[in-house]
Amino acid sequence: MTEEMVGRVISCVEKTQKLPPNTVTIDSKFEDLGIDSLDGVNILYALETEFNVSIPDEGVLGIKSVREAVDQLDKLLSASGADGAVRA
Amino acid sequence: MERRVVVTGIGVVSALGRNACEFWDALTKGECGIRPIKQLDMTDVKFKNGAEVPGWNPQEHFEGKQADFLDRFAQFAVVAAREAVKDSGVEWNPTLRERTGIVTGSCVGGKESEDIGYQDLYLRKRGRLSPLTVPRVMANAGASHISIEMGVTGPAFTLSTACSSGNHAIGQAYRMVRSGDVEMALAGGSEAPLTFGHLKAWEALRVVAPDTCRPFSADRLGMVLGEAGAILVLEPREAAIARGAKIYGEIVGFGMSSDAHHLTQSASDGAARAIQGALRDADLSPDQIGYINAHGTATLLNDPMEVVAIRISLGKHAERVPISSTKSMHGHTLGAAGAIEAIATLLALRNCTLPPTANFTKPDPHCDLDVIPNTARKVEVEYALSNSFAFGGLNAVLAFRAPRK
Repeated sequence: MTEEMVGRVISCVEKTQKLPPNTVTIDSKFEDLGIDSLDGVNILYALETEFNVSIPDEGVLGIKSVREAVDQLDKLLSASGADGAVRA
Repeated sequence: MERRVVVTGIGVVSALGRNACEFWDALTKGECGIRPIKQLDMTDVKFKNGAEVPGWNPQEHFEGKQADFLDRFAQFAVVAAREAVKDSGVEWNPTLRERTGIVTGSCVGGKESEDIGYQDLYLRKRGRLSPLTVPRVMANAGASHISIEMGVTGPAFTLSTACSSGNHAIGQAYRMVRSGDVEMALAGGSEAPLTFGHLKAWEALRVVAPDTCRPFSADRLGMVLGEAGAILVLEPREAAIARGAKIYGEIVGFGMSSDAHHLTQSASDGAARAIQGALRDADLSPDQIGYINAHGTATLLNDPMEVVAIRISLGKHAERVPISSTKSMHGHTLGAAGAIEAIATLLALRNCTLPPTANFTKPDPHCDLDVIPNTARKVEVEYALSNSFAFGGLNAVLAFRAPRK
């Protein structure tokens, strides 16, 4: 995943959580950001919309950090051959 | 032993203002909150006007991401509840939180969130909905958010009986406080029905006026939809007096009935039975009633039906009792209607001023009662009723007593 795409993931988290820019990094843990289960599905929705990809239910509950979200998304985008450039 | 129940706090968000003071000020001046609807493009809706909360900005009331979790109707409920609780001067403690109930009314729930979601799905073909859609749409969202924000852990639920929801909610809360089930209750209703899909549904019923709401007037053309949140704090009279609380008035009776008649046409005998039920519950005779806040939707059918119902239940006294429909000013707020009108009625009793039926132009021989046309009236009244008669024939009437005695 490119740095630009990681930036977009971070932006999704910040916008969904109404956090000021540059608060979130790839090493941020969801727990430290006060992200609960409902926030989590809301972030997944934002990522699906941003990257025009469908994230399956399996495995998503294990995502506890920005890095894990990036990894999961990277796998999905590689498998689908999509580059994530198209916005819904 | 049954306890007397008083109202010690009120909160209102409506087309007539952001709080109870602005609301009452507008009511006494006969000001009409019905204006062109601004929150959505009305090009493809036949009618253009509604009673819209002016300049509503959720960010002024909810910090950060919190606003995303509440549909507009739940925002109104929470903001009205905050005002009511602050107004009551209640000081929370763990026991009181556990012994406080919450009952809210909503007719249609989170319509705005549903409309946005379905536009995404059907119109924009996006194939996915926001995961916040379900918790925003659920009709109990108002009650839940009030409970979460205030840490209230007693019984909490939401009633949906169309235009009677608010009265049914207050009536149930009244009974819980009266019986001792709870020591305090936050009760009322909220609604935000001004969405494209929902307005088109009302348009199809052909009951919405193209201009304004003229209850009991011969040239009335129908109802006008409004949005609002209205919450009341109920507590036992003795407890309120003991803590030196301000008392707006007493709830003295609650009557319910169903018409078993028709989906949209109310039946006067069903409505009359609810009025009689409230009088019986309050142990009042008809001639003790000094004011009725009417259901008064300004549809062709409702108003004469209600006049007949008042005549059936009050007999000869009907010719003397002043009635008004404040929907002429704050619009028909559906699930909030009973609550906003309960507050109007309590303030009328407390301030010795009966709010008028605004926009009244021409007497209708089928609605020939004293409808307080256009100008508020200074009268000291001891007892009043507030009527709600819902689509589907579900009726709820509350009886109130002035705080003086």
